[in-house]
Amino acid sequence: MTAGLTGIGGFILHKLARLGRANLFLLRLLGALRFLFRRPGWLIKQLYAVGVLSLPIILVSGLFVGMVLGLQGYANLVEFGATSSLGTVVALSLIRELGPVLTALLYAGRAGSALTAEIGLMKATEQLASMQMMAVDPFQRVLAPRFLAGCLAVPILTGIFTAVGILGGYLVAVVQLGVDGGAFWAQMQAKVQLFADIGNGVLIKSAVFGILANWVALFEGYETLPTAEGVSLATTRTVVITSLAVLGWDFLLTALMFGVW
Amino acid sequence: MRQKNLELMVGLFVALGLAAFLILALKVSDLTSIGNDPGYRITARFENIGGLKVRSPVTLGGVRIGRVIGIDLDPQSYEAVVTLSIDPRYNRLPTDSGASILTSGLLGEQYVGLEPGGMESYLKNGSVIKLTQSALVLEKLIGRVLTSTAAGDAPQK
Repeated sequence: MTAGLTGIGGFILHKLARLGRANLFLLRLLGALRFLFRRPGWLIKQLYAVGVLSLPIILVSGLFVGMVLGLQGYANLVEFGATSSLGTVVALSLIRELGPVLTALLYAGRAGSALTAEIGLMKATEQLASMQMMAVDPFQRVLAPRFLAGCLAVPILTGIFTAVGILGGYLVAVVQLGVDGGAFWAQMQAKVQLFADIGNGVLIKSAVFGILANWVALFEGYETLPTAEGVSLATTRTVVITSLAVLGWDFLLTALMFGVW
Repeated sequence: MRQKNLELMVGLFVALGLAAFLILALKVSDLTSIGNDPGYRITARFENIGGLKVRSPVTLGGVRIGRVIGIDLDPQSYEAVVTLSIDPRYNRLPTDSGASILTSGLLGEQYVGLEPGGMESYLKNGSVIKLTQSALVLEKLIGRVLTSTAAGDAPQK
């Protein structure tokens, strides 16, 4: 009985301590960001690694998600003779939800896991410790460029994903299924609002998801147990925690932005 | 050389991202119809506006000529005051034009339909449309049908 309670208490204390360390980690990370103004080259290199190299998966996924939305929307709307609002359906679902969320999930799998593995291996092979020995702050040299690059890359990738997805929806709906192209764009433009939908959905959501995904990835890498097993465990945790955090925050943000109270 | 290549790729990446946002803003959203609102304003008073919303279209003969930019309640007369912004290209609307709140399709969104009158003078900025017809509220309509059928059926029982 007592042993069970002790177990629960220990577990919660352990988790709380980890959460606290994660927050202190974020604070140190933000503090180290200002050194990037002196060395923008570091940022460019990381932007290439997390952004440019993520483009293929984002482009292909966006195109196919948009095409599937077009097909599914058409199959359902045709029963009501409302296929002219297909453009609205595709654009709003991509802009408000699918674009930011799917991009963040894909980013966690493609770039977040790589970040964790990289930092984790640096820790396991004591590269971070030797940097400190040489009076180089790993937060400034290693972590901050990766964090800022990731936070910039996610909104950009989200914008590309959404635009390509809408194009995919257009290809299926107008080119293949014969929905009227004018109605497709006109209904979309009538219903999609610049600030309320694109600003809230694509920009704010993806910025929040970008911070979350990179924060989790770097923190898990930094806290890795310095063993081979530890690195693999940390990589897995990055993908799992980022996915859950993104979905949870997405619900919160949607309730705040589009909720009807 | 390699560093230059890297910068080129990142530059392309950022440019692609900006292009995507530009497409979203210009092609997908309503940017083309906000900000530059050169239309002239006219107001119309309705007893009931049903589900009319700000930004609902204003049409004449099925052609969209403007949109609703404000909905307010007159605290004295308890009437809804709807402000319409009309495209200045259509500046020859007779002053005795009528406005009614219509529904596109059976379940579609509501919009303001204008019917042109026959006067020689035209509506201008600040004019008020006097001839208005409120939205049809489906529940009231059904209620009226029900009471009339009930009244008609009563003697036979």
